[in-house]
Amino acid sequence: MTEDEHKEGIKGMANPSRYGIERVAYWLMRLSGLGLLAYFVAHIYETSNILRGQVGWNEFLELTQTTEGHIFLAIVIAMCVFHTVNGIRVMLGHGGVGVGKPARPDYPYDPASQNYRHKIGIYSAIVLAAIAMMYGLAVMFGE
Amino acid sequence: MAQVSHIANEQTSTPISSSKSITLRIARYNPEHDDSSKFMEFTIPYERWTTVLEAILEVKKHLDHSVAVRYSCRQATCGSCGMMINGKPRLACFTKISELNSDVITVEPMNNFPIIRDLAVKFERLFDTHHKIKPYLIRDDADLVSDEREFLQSPEEVEQYIQFANCIKCGLCNSACPTMATDSSFVGPQALAQAYRYVADSRDKGKDSRLKIIDESHGIWRCHFAGSCSQVCPKGVDPAMGIQLLRGYLLGFRG
Repeated sequence: MTEDEHKEGIKGMANPSRYGIERVAYWLMRLSGLGLLAYFVAHIYETSNILRGQVGWNEFLELTQTTEGHIFLAIVIAMCVFHTVNGIRVMLGHGGVGVGKPARPDYPYDPASQNYRHKIGIYSAIVLAAIAMMYGLAVMFGE
Repeated sequence: MAQVSHIANEQTSTPISSSKSITLRIARYNPEHDDSSKFMEFTIPYERWTTVLEAILEVKKHLDHSVAVRYSCRQATCGSCGMMINGKPRLACFTKISELNSDVITVEPMNNFPIIRDLAVKFERLFDTHHKIKPYLIRDDADLVSDEREFLQSPEEVEQYIQFANCIKCGLCNSACPTMATDSSFVGPQALAQAYRYVADSRDKGKDSRLKIIDESHGIWRCHFAGSCSQVCPKGVDPAMGIQLLRGYLLGFRG
């Protein structure tokens, strides 16, 4: 990045702190997407161990039967739920659903596209991801 | 090295007189001989109604006339004085110091725009992308003949686009956009919102050509609906809504 372009770059793109919950959702969407991509690659590698037979398969699965493995899987569950729920919200928005109708704006300008429906969608995605993660942890660490 | 200055007593001018004061940090950068930007600090008195632009002009008048800043109308109409104020893109003439609730105000040039000097940035790319989407009515019978009147519209048809006609080309939306932060070729929320403004205009017949322009790899599909553009728009244009509605045309949801 050169000073000439004066672009914010990835650091600016990823900064979730300045523009409200929508930007937090944008950041979590990318983070969970990249996380799930990494998990997908790891999952392909994991399942390829079936070629080593039942013993090899069981040996590899033992990696996930540790505390760290359980936490990792719980995070994967949270990422999956958030990415799905928020993805549906974003896709609906991309189709023009829930973004409001054009109208003459009155001061103070509250953008109709950032309305309560989308905010509820974002908070729902976060809450559902947290619930799913806790349920997953309860199952994996439970008696 | 930061420089702290105070308002000088001058017989020939009338500086702002107030018991309240803030520290104004101004980013200084001249691409011709500076490697990076530095901040200079000034102590500026202010009143409840003092705007950030007035504070900067106070610096120019009494402390350092070399500060480069672009401004014109001082009433949020021309879109010249866009800058980063305490980390967010805002119009300096439209932002009061008192509403920032901070003793220190940092002003920097807008992000995602090349810097001319200090707070002034180049608008060439914004104007290029704005022109790219053909921001004018397109129709075969554009030349009015003597016995015809103007192209008529119903009030309902005007409501479809009038919000987006409020754009003052200040560039704050492009500065806040996370895609603009990384993609040098992205057409940007300003131009996309203007594309919607003309596509939604019942008098316009250039929908297909405009949709073709924005339906490319660095076009409308690079928008990920973060909504920051709409949050910083000083005129309530809501570019994020325009972009999503524009997608409706491309996806076949709208006629």
